[in-house]
Amino acid sequence: MTVLAIDNLSLALPKLADRTYAVEGLSLDIDAGETLCVVGESGSGKSMTAHAVIGLLPSAVKPAGGSIKLAGRELIGLSDGEMRKLRGRDVGMIFQEPMTSLNPVMRISDQILETFESHRMFNAQQRMRRTFELLEEVGLPDPKYIARAFPHELSGGQRQRVMIAVALALEPKLLIADEPTTALDVTTQAQILKLIDELRRKHGTAVLFITHDFGVVAEIADDVAVLQNGLCVESGRAEEVLQKPTHDYTKRLLAAVPSLTPPPPKDLSGEPDALIVRNLHKTYGGRGFFGGGSRKVVAAKDVAFTIKRGETLGLVGESGSGKSTVGRCILRLIEPDDGFIKVGDTEFHGVPVRQLRPLRKRIQMVFQDPYASLNPRRTVGRIIAEGPEAQDVPRADAEKRARELLDLVGLGASSAHRYPHEFSGGQRQRIGIARALALDPDVLVADEPVSALDVSVQAQILDLIQDLQKRLGLAILFVTHDLRVAAQVCDRIAVMQRGEIVELEPTAQLFANPKHPYTRSLLAAVPGAHVKVAAA
Amino acid sequence: MKAFFKRFARNKGAVIGLIILAIILAAAVLAPYFYPTSPWRMVTRPFLAPMAMDGYWLGTDALGRDVASGVMHGARVSLIIGLVSTLTALAIGIPIGALAGYFGGLLDDALMRFTEFFQTIPAFALAIVIVAILQPSLFSIVIAIAIVSWPPVARLVRGEVLSLRSREYVQAAVVIGQSTPRIILTQVLPNTIAPITVMASIMVASAILLESALSFLGLGDPNMMTWGYMIGAGRTRLIEAWWISFFPGVAIFLTVLALNLVGEGLNDALNPRLSREGG
Amino acid sequence: MPLLRFIAGRLVKGVIVLIAIATMNFFLIRAAPGDPASVLAGEAGAADEEFLRQLRQQFGLDQPITTQLWIYLTDIITLDLGFSYRQGRPVLDLILERLPATLLLTGAAFIFSLTLGIIFGILAARRAGKWSDSVITTGALFFYATPLFWIALMSQIIFALWLGWLPNTGFRTIGAGYTGLRYALDVGLHLILPATTLGLFFTALYTRMMRASMLEIAGSDFVKTARAKGVPEGRIVRRHIARNAILPVVTLAGLQAGQIVGGAVLTETVFGWPGIGRLMFEALSQRDYQVLLGVFFVSSAMVVLFNLITDVVYRVADPRIEVGR
Repeated sequence: MTVLAIDNLSLALPKLADRTYAVEGLSLDIDAGETLCVVGESGSGKSMTAHAVIGLLPSAVKPAGGSIKLAGRELIGLSDGEMRKLRGRDVGMIFQEPMTSLNPVMRISDQILETFESHRMFNAQQRMRRTFELLEEVGLPDPKYIARAFPHELSGGQRQRVMIAVALALEPKLLIADEPTTALDVTTQAQILKLIDELRRKHGTAVLFITHDFGVVAEIADDVAVLQNGLCVESGRAEEVLQKPTHDYTKRLLAAVPSLTPPPPKDLSGEPDALIVRNLHKTYGGRGFFGGGSRKVVAAKDVAFTIKRGETLGLVGESGSGKSTVGRCILRLIEPDDGFIKVGDTEFHGVPVRQLRPLRKRIQMVFQDPYASLNPRRTVGRIIAEGPEAQDVPRADAEKRARELLDLVGLGASSAHRYPHEFSGGQRQRIGIARALALDPDVLVADEPVSALDVSVQAQILDLIQDLQKRLGLAILFVTHDLRVAAQVCDRIAVMQRGEIVELEPTAQLFANPKHPYTRSLLAAVPGAHVKVAAA
Repeated sequence: MKAFFKRFARNKGAVIGLIILAIILAAAVLAPYFYPTSPWRMVTRPFLAPMAMDGYWLGTDALGRDVASGVMHGARVSLIIGLVSTLTALAIGIPIGALAGYFGGLLDDALMRFTEFFQTIPAFALAIVIVAILQPSLFSIVIAIAIVSWPPVARLVRGEVLSLRSREYVQAAVVIGQSTPRIILTQVLPNTIAPITVMASIMVASAILLESALSFLGLGDPNMMTWGYMIGAGRTRLIEAWWISFFPGVAIFLTVLALNLVGEGLNDALNPRLSREGG
Repeated sequence: MPLLRFIAGRLVKGVIVLIAIATMNFFLIRAAPGDPASVLAGEAGAADEEFLRQLRQQFGLDQPITTQLWIYLTDIITLDLGFSYRQGRPVLDLILERLPATLLLTGAAFIFSLTLGIIFGILAARRAGKWSDSVITTGALFFYATPLFWIALMSQIIFALWLGWLPNTGFRTIGAGYTGLRYALDVGLHLILPATTLGLFFTALYTRMMRASMLEIAGSDFVKTARAKGVPEGRIVRRHIARNAILPVVTLAGLQAGQIVGGAVLTETVFGWPGIGRLMFEALSQRDYQVLLGVFFVSSAMVVLFNLITDVVYRVADPRIEVGR
């Protein structure tokens, strides 16, 4: 039975936008109990499609043709009142950000009860009983306690479970999930995906699942629709599309998904040690004004590793594992509590801050967010030249170097006088890399350098980093949460959990034979790990 | 720059505000040409109603002084005090906010307690006490207004700096080895100019209101004709001669309104949130 | 009891603030031109040698400055705010006598402006861009830009002198000898004009704040969640948007309580309202600096107390803040 049928749908964007339609001529169907994944990169119109179905489009975006039928009933043209009655009862929706999707000053039970009240379903007693049942069904421990809690008392994963309970409270025919696991850690993501999958089987719910991640698609989709710039370029059964893609764009996207099989290892014997870290400790908190209050968080506990010239060490972990702190401690952006850090033949720890400045050129950093890592008020040329200038290189020489580097990272010397906002995310990340290289460092700390980028851009940046490493003999500490990315670029991987390195092995060995239980659970949680995807 | 003017001009209120402001500025500059004699001088008979006699279109006060002359000369004092006290407040608030926000920790705690302290005190009462004890003068009025109006600047700058200092490009500046003063001056502060400009335009408005209230209570500089003084002086003869207090009040209203409108326009033009959401 | 500990902590902080204000007063007197004793004595008292000698002895003006500060602070802590030569009475007595009228006026103005501000703010935000929004925001801008004392004067002319609807000045009808309910009604009638004119500026301020806060919250993710649940629009505004938007406005309003006290000086002066603001104005024209500083100190203490109360209320109202932190 077809639950959702979208036929030739077009959504018009406001006049000043960079294209006329958010979505153009889109058609898709979802049957009861099936999951359809709409996949695309940012700006593809996938999220707009979801919002159109539930009637929550931004006021500037208007349906411009086609039809959306829910269980045979046309939704386009319904009055606000009719649409409202439909929402929650026939269509439920969950969103990307569990941290902000619940009302901070309402108890969890009230937020679920409100769904019943709004649709005048059941009496007070039944509503309460149903609320507890729902909390139990989405796998929350101690529903009595959770019901009385406020959102800030729950973790991200727990909040997303509450969101699912809210969305499924009235057993709607259709569940819309708009990137529901993107903000979650990989192990939590696996649990939430499993939960959604179980519930739709149990209740026969049709699921419209929006995602950018082919791993997730491989994990849960029955059908797939691939969107590019508002156009559906390919759709069909999931296994067909994943294994025998026909459209070029789908092929490119699939090829850009990093494989979990690592490339053959490099020969690094005889290379000198570029970075040695021993006994690194860092604990946050514990300093309250009146003594008590703040909790202590261990971000690094006895962390130790060595990276050779030309080698990439991956530092992998979930949020809060301390991986970013370790990277920043090594750069002395954060002061470690204790530890031994040696860059080449220079001891980096214990150097007073004033004397540290000339030493900083030996170890540089590439940041995560391409939009926040460049000063919006300075030209790209100045941003890159500032490094050498801070190290007393004459201005003219520094600017010449900046132009050479822009060439090296593939942007062209002429971009030196332009401002960051004129560049795309991927291009900005190239600028960030050029800035780091301007000081000829021996060691590069890359903190999630590709996680803010679309998958096709991601591949290009990873290629660039590896190419530069080969040419310049850089030692790289690669901080990431993404095991697929780590598999492709790292020679060895250190897995971090609660501030400690629980396992450090050559990449191939770690993937083939993980020893620590946490490593195993991380590997098992990688979406689509066991599904064969078309190779490049 | 062109985009800035375009966004500013899209706000009709802001354009109107700018026009009013230009007129008041012109009045302030041209006052000595239209009314070369002192506004304190008696020019004709007292309590002359507006439009009752040619040349005295806003009437005269209890001592036969020309209200129109007072309003135009008063514009100079209001604008000067508004500007100078705002600049003084910025000069106190920006460094305190920047230091607190950038260095954090104990220094931040100390500076913010200090700021909070000045925010807790009833501002207008403090201004009265300061001016009264130091004796009313241009200097004491500017100091009093600056002392009660810097805390919001410090808080704003601290907030901005706090969020900017954790921004990755500031961390990048540390990593490449730039010195701390250089980072604050070249990476952090230039990016706080937009919100400070918006706040400053509103502060000039509040300073003008504050000055007029002080003058109204008789705490104005005794050598200068101000709007607040005129309202205060006319208040005892309100029933017979409403115009003595009415017109200076309108002048204050228009100036403060114009500055607020311009502030809103600057906010729209400098913080283009809507256009950023689309990107 | 974490709440009790929190209140105790805030009380300690409040006392520190008050000591700091007293210290500032002390140095202000010394910053004034002339001999501190004659500054303290004021214009009238400075001619009386006996009074000056008494002052010098009382404040230890022949002793080192730290001793002087210590004497001054212990005086303040024991609630000795000095003596008004002009009025021939202790400053504290003068203030306590006038305090109830000011509390009535500022309290009425605060409640009036906060209630109206919140209501107007919600209305304007709900109709953002429509004509009723324009009317409210224009009105708010008008009263935000108009000097409070000028509005007071103009409303005095219009409502008291021209129309004769409301009493012109004062706290009650002198010589009427009203008692009980009739007395309360009489005071209430006298209160209308001062409280309204004092409250209008703050109504404008709170309206603007509430409107901005509403619009900000309306864009939140959890509001979208509520829509996706099919919650009716009116209920979304009440339970999701307004409830979250009010909290920051109330906090800010509490923090700005000091401004209302400042405004009271102007309103009380115009309407002859016998509160501490009027006392301050009288002290000003008589150069009675002990009274001036005393009023300043007491009004600061009022604000500190008020801030403490709003802080406690806020901690209880917002579940996100753990009491005792």
